[in-house]
Amino acid sequence: MKLSQPISTGSDWTFELLERYNEEIAKIATEFGLDTYPNQIEVISSEQMMDAYASVGMPIGYNHWSYGKQFLGVEQSYKRGQMGLAYEIVINSDPCIAYLMEENTITMQALVIAHACYGHNSFFKGNYLFRTWTDASSIIDYLVFAKNYIAKCEERHGVESVEATLDSCHAIMNNGVDRYKRPYPMSPAEERDHQQERENYLQKQVNDLWRTIPLSDKNAANNKQPRFPAEPQENLLYFIEKNAPLLEPWQREIVRIVRKIGQYFYPQRQTQVMNEGWACFWHHFILNTLYDRGLVTDGFMMEFIQSHSSVIYQPPYNSKYYSGINPYTLGFHMMTDIRRICEHPTKEDQEWFPDIAGSDWIKTLDFAMRNFKDESFILQFLSPHLMRELKLFAVLDDDKQDDIEVKAIHNDAGYRQIRELLAAQYNLGNREPNIQVYNVDVRGDRSLTLHHTRFDRKPLDKANTKEVLKHIRRLWGFDVHLHSKEGDTTKQLFNCTSSDVTESELN
Amino acid sequence: MNYIVDRRLNAKKKSTVNRQRFLNRYRHHIKKAVTEAVDKRSITDMAQGEKISIPTRDINEPIFHHGPGGKNTRVLPGNDQFVSGDMIARPKSGSGKGNGSEASNSGEGNDDFSFQISQEEFLNFMFEDLELPNLVKRQLAGSDSFELKRAGFSNEGSPGKINIVRTLRSANSRRIALTAKKRKQLRQLNEEIQSLESERNITNTEKIAALKVTVEELTQKIKRVPWLDNFDIKYNLHIKHPTPQSRAVMFCLMDVSGSMDKETKDIAKRFFLLLYLFLQRNYERTDVVFIRHHTSAKEVTEEEFFYDRETGGTIVSSALHLMDDIVTQRYPPNQWNIYGAQASDGDNWNDDSLTCYKLLTEKLLPKLQYYAYLEITDRDHQDLWTAYESVLKDFPSQFAMKQLVDAADIYSVFRQLFQKKTL
Repeated sequence: MKLSQPISTGSDWTFELLERYNEEIAKIATEFGLDTYPNQIEVISSEQMMDAYASVGMPIGYNHWSYGKQFLGVEQSYKRGQMGLAYEIVINSDPCIAYLMEENTITMQALVIAHACYGHNSFFKGNYLFRTWTDASSIIDYLVFAKNYIAKCEERHGVESVEATLDSCHAIMNNGVDRYKRPYPMSPAEERDHQQERENYLQKQVNDLWRTIPLSDKNAANNKQPRFPAEPQENLLYFIEKNAPLLEPWQREIVRIVRKIGQYFYPQRQTQVMNEGWACFWHHFILNTLYDRGLVTDGFMMEFIQSHSSVIYQPPYNSKYYSGINPYTLGFHMMTDIRRICEHPTKEDQEWFPDIAGSDWIKTLDFAMRNFKDESFILQFLSPHLMRELKLFAVLDDDKQDDIEVKAIHNDAGYRQIRELLAAQYNLGNREPNIQVYNVDVRGDRSLTLHHTRFDRKPLDKANTKEVLKHIRRLWGFDVHLHSKEGDTTKQLFNCTSSDVTESELN
Repeated sequence: MNYIVDRRLNAKKKSTVNRQRFLNRYRHHIKKAVTEAVDKRSITDMAQGEKISIPTRDINEPIFHHGPGGKNTRVLPGNDQFVSGDMIARPKSGSGKGNGSEASNSGEGNDDFSFQISQEEFLNFMFEDLELPNLVKRQLAGSDSFELKRAGFSNEGSPGKINIVRTLRSANSRRIALTAKKRKQLRQLNEEIQSLESERNITNTEKIAALKVTVEELTQKIKRVPWLDNFDIKYNLHIKHPTPQSRAVMFCLMDVSGSMDKETKDIAKRFFLLLYLFLQRNYERTDVVFIRHHTSAKEVTEEEFFYDRETGGTIVSSALHLMDDIVTQRYPPNQWNIYGAQASDGDNWNDDSLTCYKLLTEKLLPKLQYYAYLEITDRDHQDLWTAYESVLKDFPSQFAMKQLVDAADIYSVFRQLFQKKTL
């Protein structure tokens, strides 16, 4: 039943057509309650897309060789045809900036607009992690501030020393989030004013910390000496920024910049499945609605379905294309599954999801999008139906056993276990080593001691850890020790001194 | 509110700076790759870009990772055969098969990170740290190219070159100068009027009126000084500056007698090519003269030089004679930077080596910038080498000689010949 003329019939796009599609898509999005930031849709060429890639999708970034490396890598594989470029990049900012590539057909442009400008955009605005950790309205300004500040540092202190500091900061960028404090958003003007103040104040404080140590009897005092910090600190960058004795004020500011940017990406690392799932669900829904309303042609839909299904393809575990669970597949299917449970619940669903079975699907999905991250989302909403469909099974690879054991498969006995295990797989706490600042030898050699609390007996990767410790040492200025602990016993010990990093296994 | 913006015309190459930083950081690796490439390449594609590979571990950006070991649980899709409790033998490669996704980002893969550098960059790396010895840039007297250079300001010129700031400044100072006296008077008069007014004496009224007339007159006079006068106008002055043009000519001398086989010639050819590329980068204009010789010398085209085969004995001095003739006829040494490179297998007619010595030391070397002799042989040295050794003694800064055994050494020998010398 066609209600109206299709918006376009060819495959070429024009700016008028983009406007038209955007209007129609926006209409549907509002109808179904998607709350978004205003959109700023930018059409760019493939070269510009490569630039955007290289700066991790940020429109502005400070200069660093690692972005150059990224760029060369992308350029090489794109030129050789090993890799297509993404159709879009979307930035969590207000207004929400989305890049469309000029090479896309009109179908792809419409798909991307629905996916990025309404899917991701509403996720950025609604999800609690993004609300807590990022401030969409100020990020662009902050990046401008960071770029200018670092450029100024390079002028004053030389590219090399700035680069060295950045290298070290990047090494522990992932350890720069304080998970339990809400950061206070600041305008760029405030940021600049505070920065000067902070510089002076910080240096004074640090000097004080080291100066006021009483020179009492060494050994006796050592035993009673309270630990510094009193509680272990998980935010390494913050700890270094505030306490490293030898950093110059500008270096502290750089540590801070890297920490802030790391924090900005923190929610993205935890909501990949949900974010992509949400965006895929909506582009699928919106384009189908366009079709139902007779606004797009059959050809348009064929192209869309072809590209959509390749995006959400999940190769099985024994395929040579397998490289982990595809977040698009898992997310899209879970979102669709929630809708199914709401609209057509089976007996099984009634039993597993009594509170959402039969409810309003728009409200339920919106609730899920706002209040979960990947881990809790899977734990809450992965249904037996979907586990069967994806044929999920769990294996245990324990270095104390000779064989790999199949722990659970998609059957009654295994559903709960698979769900828990899959959720745990998305828990950042399990995926990344848990490393905390344990102590600083304030009275002695000022060495910094870090503790790694092992999860499931997983050790630290030796080569990487050694390199990271060298970077931490550079920032801290004195020796760094890292204990990898299982319970109370230290299993691995890394010592990083000015000359060398050593590693020893203790059993 | 939605906007659609066309950014396609915005700046591309935003990553250039970062790319440059990366190349700088790994210049050591890149240089190694370039050196290897130079040795491997055929002569014709010497001046192309190059694919550079760097071992991934060297450019890894370390972060904290889990190492292999411990308990790893994985959820995998697409179960086709397993029930719970099944035991699967561990794949030989070590950790579980689910680890595929982790291995790729842990940076331990052995794959190299490869990328392309441009021709320009390739040559830059190739000739880094090298310089032309004795680079006395002989300049062309009465050079025919000029460059306009700024040379201050003048009072005459065309309206298009008016320098507004200077013009207004000089107008301003003229006005100040011309009115200084009057303004001083004016100030005094005004003060007088003020003091008279403050006295509130009736008799002063007349005086004040008279003074006010004078003030009015003075103000008019000041006003009459023109705001802008003809001689205020200043023009930017440009003068023609002759630009020195550096030109170089390179003489390639090669022995093509029967003893030189194809392989030896190939090596020689590569060497000449390197030299040519190098000169091209140093001079705006580079001429190349190819001279080949057996018993007699002949100026030939590049094609003939490299590919024609001749046989016969060897008289090296014939080539040197010809070179001297050509220099005198076509390349006056006061206008040209002259370089010579000679490749040979060391054979020479018995009595000829002494002639060569004389020719070089007396006639050629005083005119030349640099002369490099390359002996491609794995045999013992003969007369020619000994004769050249004495040349080296007489002209240590202008003359260089090296022995080359196989193609792989070309680049390093080349580098030795043109190594930057610290004074």
